[in-house]
Amino acid sequence: MKILVCISQVPDTSTKVVLKDNSTTIENAGVSYIINPYDEWYALIRAIELKESGIASDVDLVTVGKANTEPVIRKALALGGDKAIRIDAESTDPYLTAVYIAEYAKSMDYDLILCGKESIDYNNGSVGSMLAELLDMDYIGFATEIKIEGNTAVVKREIEGGEETDSCKFPLVISCQKGVAEARIANMRGIMAARTRPLTVITPTVDDALTSILSYELPPAKAGVRLIDPADMDELVELLHAEAKVI
Amino acid sequence: MNDIETVKALKGGEFLIRETAADSVFIPEEWNEEQQMIAETCVNFLAQHVKPNLNRIDEQEEGLMSHLMDEAGALGLLGVSVPEEYGGFGKDFKTSMLVTEKLGAGNSFSVAFSAHSGIGTLPILYYGNDAQKQKYIPKLASGELKGAYCLTEPSSGSDANSGKARARLSEDGTHYLITGQKMWITNAGFADVFTVFAKIDDDENLSAFIVEKDFEGITLNAEEHKMGIKGSSTRQVFFNDCKVPVENLLSDRQNGFKIAVNILNIGRMKLGGGTVGASKEVISQAVHYANEREQFGRAISKYGAIKYKLAQQAILTYASESAVYRASQNMEEATEMLVASGLDETNAKLKGTEQFAIEAAIIKVHSSETLDYVVDEGVQIYGGMGYSAEAPMDRAYRDSRINRIFEGTNEINRMLTVDMMLKRALKGDLDLMGPAQKVAGELMSIPDFGAAEEGNLFGKEKKYIANFKKAILMVAGGAVQKLMAQLGKEQEVLMNLADMLIELYVSESLQLRVEKLVSMRGEDSCKEQLDIMRVYINDAAEKIAKAGKEALNYFAEGDEKKMMLMGLKRYTKTEDINSTQARRNIAAKLIAENKYCF
Ligand SMILES: Cc1cc2nc3c(=O)[nH]c(=O)nc-3n(C[C@H](O)[C@H](O)[C@H](O)COP(=O)(O)OP(=O)(O)OC[C@H]3O[C@@H](n4cnc5c(N)ncnc54)[C@H](O)[C@@H]3O)c2cc1C
Repeated sequence: MKILVCISQVPDTSTKVVLKDNSTTIENAGVSYIINPYDEWYALIRAIELKESGIASDVDLVTVGKANTEPVIRKALALGGDKAIRIDAESTDPYLTAVYIAEYAKSMDYDLILCGKESIDYNNGSVGSMLAELLDMDYIGFATEIKIEGNTAVVKREIEGGEETDSCKFPLVISCQKGVAEARIANMRGIMAARTRPLTVITPTVDDALTSILSYELPPAKAGVRLIDPADMDELVELLHAEAKVI
Repeated sequence: MNDIETVKALKGGEFLIRETAADSVFIPEEWNEEQQMIAETCVNFLAQHVKPNLNRIDEQEEGLMSHLMDEAGALGLLGVSVPEEYGGFGKDFKTSMLVTEKLGAGNSFSVAFSAHSGIGTLPILYYGNDAQKQKYIPKLASGELKGAYCLTEPSSGSDANSGKARARLSEDGTHYLITGQKMWITNAGFADVFTVFAKIDDDENLSAFIVEKDFEGITLNAEEHKMGIKGSSTRQVFFNDCKVPVENLLSDRQNGFKIAVNILNIGRMKLGGGTVGASKEVISQAVHYANEREQFGRAISKYGAIKYKLAQQAILTYASESAVYRASQNMEEATEMLVASGLDETNAKLKGTEQFAIEAAIIKVHSSETLDYVVDEGVQIYGGMGYSAEAPMDRAYRDSRINRIFEGTNEINRMLTVDMMLKRALKGDLDLMGPAQKVAGELMSIPDFGAAEEGNLFGKEKKYIANFKKAILMVAGGAVQKLMAQLGKEQEVLMNLADMLIELYVSESLQLRVEKLVSMRGEDSCKEQLDIMRVYINDAAEKIAKAGKEALNYFAEGDEKKMMLMGLKRYTKTEDINSTQARRNIAAKLIAENKYCF
C-alpha cells in the first residue's frame, strides 16, 4: 500500500503575528515554523505506524511551498517517510493547493492520502476534500481512528454528540485529528537519515487560484483578567451582571 | 596593539597573550539545521517526559529516573557523540554540548543525564581497550546500561588522589579485590556500571576499574537527603573485597588520577553548557512571570528594578554561553590538528581536552555562578511565589547550588586556572615572560593614551580587552616575582588572579561572538547583543580593577606598588557608557519576546 501524507508549514503557535504592507502580508522575519500539528501528530505518525507494522510499503510526503519550507519538510522526514516532494508554489489558496497536489498525485497510484483536518494558520480545512474530488477518490473527514482491514479502511470520526464508524475501500483521502495517533519525538537516527532521504522539487504547471487574500486583521487585544476574592461572592455576581452582562 | 599577534588557531591558555580573529570562533547562532533538530528533540523530550513529572522525579519514585534515561536512550540522546562503531551517532563535541545545554533545563534529570553520558561513559570510551569498549559502550550509548563514577570518598573530596580505597590482586591472579567506601555517587541507585578509582597495593597513584553492579561485594547506602537535585540518585557505595576481573582494569596501573582529571576537564565544560541551558529556562520563566504579574496597576516587567534583573540575567548568560562554545570549538580543532599530525583519535581527544583545561575551569566557575545569580534573581522576581514550592523558582534555586561544588569546587577550579597557566609558562609551553616584560617596560614609559581605532564598531572593546591582558600580565608577573614559590600558598592572590582571567576570557569570547554575529546579520539586527557586550565588558573592567588592586595591595610595596596601581588603573579604564539605558533595551527585547531570546 502506498501512502501520501500532505504536510504544511505553519508558524510556531507562540509566534506573535506582525502585519506589514498595509496589513496585506505577514512579517516573516523572526517567525519560526513548525509542521502543522494535525499533519504531524496524526496523519504522518499514523502513516509511519502503518509502515512499521508492514501494512504500508511506501510513505511519501508532499508539501506546497517555496524553498523556505524545506527545513520543515526535513523535520517531517526525520520523523519518518521515504521521500518528500515539494511543489514550488505559495499555498495560500486551498483550492490551488489541492490542484497542485492532485496534479502530482494523479499518476502515482497512492492507495491512501492522509492530511490534517486543517492547518493551524489559515484554518480552511478544505484541502483534503477538494483533493479527493480532483483525484476522484473517496473522502472521510475528521478521523479520530484509522484501521486497515485488507483493502478497506475502517475509520472512526467524531460527529455531534457521538462517534460514527465508516468503512471505505481504497483509494481514499482521510483528514485526521486528535486520536488517530500519538505525537512522537524525532530520534537521532531519524534526524541523521533525514538528510539522505530524497526531496524532489517540482514546478506546478497551472495557476488559477480561486481566492486571493485582500488583507489581514489581528484580533482585538485581550482584556485584562480581574481577580475577585473567593469570599466576595456578591461582588462577583454584581460584576457578572452589571459589567459582563452574562447573568 | 602590535605586541599581541593574531594567530589562527590558539593553544589552550594562549588567550592571555594573543588576539583571536572573530571569524575563527564558533558562535551558537551558527547551528545548522540538523543541530537545530537535535536541540528540538531535547526540548520536546523535556516537555513531554520530564517537565510534567518534576515532582515525581524529586520524590524519587521507584524506577522513574531509570525509565526516563531509557526514553532518552531510545531517542539516541545518550550516544550523540559516541562513535558510530560503538553504537553512537558520532557527532562532534559541540553538538553533544548543545544536547547538554538543552537538557540542562531538566533539573534532576539533567544531572542523571550528564553523569551517565559524561563521567559514566567517557572513562571507558576514552581509556578503555577495544574489548572493554565493545563490551560496555554500545549498551551505555543506548541506555541499556547506566553508568556512574566513583572517585570521592568521605575523607577524599577536593584532594581526590588521597583516597583510601584499595585493590589487591587475588591469589590466582584473575581478579582484583577492591575494598573501600565511595561517597556522593550520582546515579548509584540504578547504575549498572561503575568506574571506580582505587590504589593498587601501596601505589602512589590511583588506578581505575570498570565494576559491574553484579560483581560480588557491592552494597549501597540509602539515598542522601539533599538541598536540591532531589530526584538525582546520590548514594554511598561500599566495596568489600569486590571481585573485579583483571581485564576490567581501565588503562594502565596508576593511570587513574590522570583519567579522573581529564574526564573532569570535559565534565567542567559540559557543566558550562548545562548551566547555560538552565539559566535560559529560568530567564524565560522569570520574564513570563514579570509580564503576567501586576502590582500597583502595572505588570512588574514595566518597573526599572525588575528590568535591571532581567537584563543582567541575560547579559551573564549570553556571555557564559559565548565562552562555552568558543572553547568547545577550540577543543575540537585542537583534536583535529592532533589527528592530522598522526595521533590516534582517542589520544588526540584527550590531548585536545587537556589543552583547554584552563578554559574548562574558567567556564565551570563562570557558568555556575551565573546560574546562581540567575536563580537568585529569579526567586526575587517571583516575590512570594518565588518562595513557594508551587512555582518553579524554588526548585531552580535549590538545584542550581550543587554546580559550584561538584566537578571540582569553584575554589579548586579558580586555583587550577592560575596554577595551570603558570605551570605552562614554567614548562615553556606558554610564553608569559616575554609579554609580561613588555608590559613592565610599558609601565616605565610614557603611557599610550592613543584612542581606539576610529570607525571600528569594536575598536573600544578590543582595546579594553588588550588592556585587560596587560593588567593580568602585570599583576601576575608582579606576584610571581614577589611571592615566588610562596604564591601557591597565597590563595587570596590566586583567587584574585583567577577572577581576572575569568573576566578576560569571558569578555573576549563575548566580544568575538558579537563581532562575528554583526558580520553575519548586520549591526541593525544586533543592537541588544551590542548592548550586552558593552555592559558586560564595562562591568568586567571594574571587577578586574578590584581584583588586581586587592592583589597589589597585598604583595607590592613602595614606588613599585604605586606604579603598578597606576598601570592597573590605566589598563582597566573604560569610557563611560549609559548602562542603565543599555539594560533597559535588553530587557525591552526580553519582555516583548516573553522569553530568553538571544
Ligand atoms: C550531589 C553530589 C553529587 C556528586 N556526585 C559525585 C559523583 O558522581 N562521583 C564522585 O566521585 N563525586 C561526586 N560528588 C563529590 C564532589 O565532587 C565533591 O563533593 C567535591 O569534589 C568536593 O569535595 P568535598 O565534598 O569533600 O569537599 P571538601 O574538599 O572538603 O571541600 C570543602 C571546602 O573546602 C574547600 N577546599 C578544599 N580544599 C581546598 C584547598 N586546597 N584550598 C582551598 N580550599 C579548599 C572547598 O573548595 C570547599 O569550599 C558529588 C557531590 C555531591 C554533593
